[in-house]
Amino acid sequence: MSPSKISEVLTNEYSPILERWVKEQLGANSARADLISESELRADSEHFLKAFTTAIKSGKTDIRAAEYAPLLEHLNSLSRSRSKKGFSPSETAGFVFSFKQPLLSSLRRAHGKDAEGLAEDTWTATLLLDNLGLYTTETYQQAREEVIRRQQEEMLELSTPVVQIWDGVVALPLIGTLDSARTNIVMESLLQTVVETRSEIAIIDITGVPTVDTLVAQHLLKTVAAARLMGVECIISGIRPQIAQTMVHLQIDLSAVTTKATMADALRTALRRTGFTITRNTQTKSALPTL
Amino acid sequence: MGDFLLVPIQVDMHDQLAMTLQDDLTQQITKQKARGVLIDISSLDVVDSFIGRVLGNISSMARVLGAETVVVGMQPAVAITLVELGLSLEGVHTALDVEKGMERLRIKLSELEDGIEEVGSDASRN
Repeated sequence: MSPSKISEVLTNEYSPILERWVKEQLGANSARADLISESELRADSEHFLKAFTTAIKSGKTDIRAAEYAPLLEHLNSLSRSRSKKGFSPSETAGFVFSFKQPLLSSLRRAHGKDAEGLAEDTWTATLLLDNLGLYTTETYQQAREEVIRRQQEEMLELSTPVVQIWDGVVALPLIGTLDSARTNIVMESLLQTVVETRSEIAIIDITGVPTVDTLVAQHLLKTVAAARLMGVECIISGIRPQIAQTMVHLQIDLSAVTTKATMADALRTALRRTGFTITRNTQTKSALPTL
Repeated sequence: MGDFLLVPIQVDMHDQLAMTLQDDLTQQITKQKARGVLIDISSLDVVDSFIGRVLGNISSMARVLGAETVVVGMQPAVAITLVELGLSLEGVHTALDVEKGMERLRIKLSELEDGIEEVGSDASRN
């Protein structure tokens, strides 16, 4: 078996290969001139080529070898930045795969008539680049998943606002489905706010909760029980007619909790319990236009 | 404090201590002829199921002896833990802090007295 000429070719034809590769990428269908500039692309390609050359000189073909670490790191940051820029996974992996053509054509020239050596090197190079391509896809996906996870967390925080609507009255408008993870966050933020505002009554508004099944009801009751332990009375409001029907059909017992149809009703009850009375001053209202 | 007993719990409760508290408290209620008991657990970070049950028991015992119990100042984390343990301390009154607990006791006691008066006036009318 003749010795591998990959590293030799890479060293000797460094610039032509880079040139052809960049040209290849710019001409390819997957070229995204709108997302990445030529100079950026060239810098990325050069960085990759350098790292690749160093790695291949070690003679190892396993991308998990230590010599490949800088190369993988480069690919890692590359696919992350590209996923943020809006490249598709295949476009990102295409960066690596498009390197095959310039490399293989250079190899063909270097081997000349040595068919066996050419086949050997082609195989090695293909295998290696395939693995690297897969690696970019993998990190691309990881980057995406991180984004999704972060968004989920942010949504959880955003979706549980506890607002003080009167002295001693806090409201918690719930939007979206209640699962156990969310219930815990809801409970924590509710109890925390109650302590901070020294409130006596909490109104839990479930207008934005699309469905209420036994599990959701159980979570609700749990929140109410925890609030009660802190000396806070809960009023559940915003129960839509369908939900009231389902609750009765499911035999969910809400008799221990005050329930109201609307937030306004709940607020009225809360104010009455805390000793407030609301009066509308009709006299000033009719006097206003004359001013 | 007047008709009320204030029980601030400052140290971590362990089981023996809870039982001692139960004994002392029932004795004090009879001795002082207390009408209300305030148990302040605001400095407790950990409440297990046993302590939770003892709190419930104390409340029932006090009621037998003619006093109302209010547990005040429970930490949010403690409340969540108790609920997760399935203990919701039914029948125990709660309040956010000592001040509110006191207010609550007064309202409770005046309600009870109103009840007695009503019964009395009913009887006199008959």
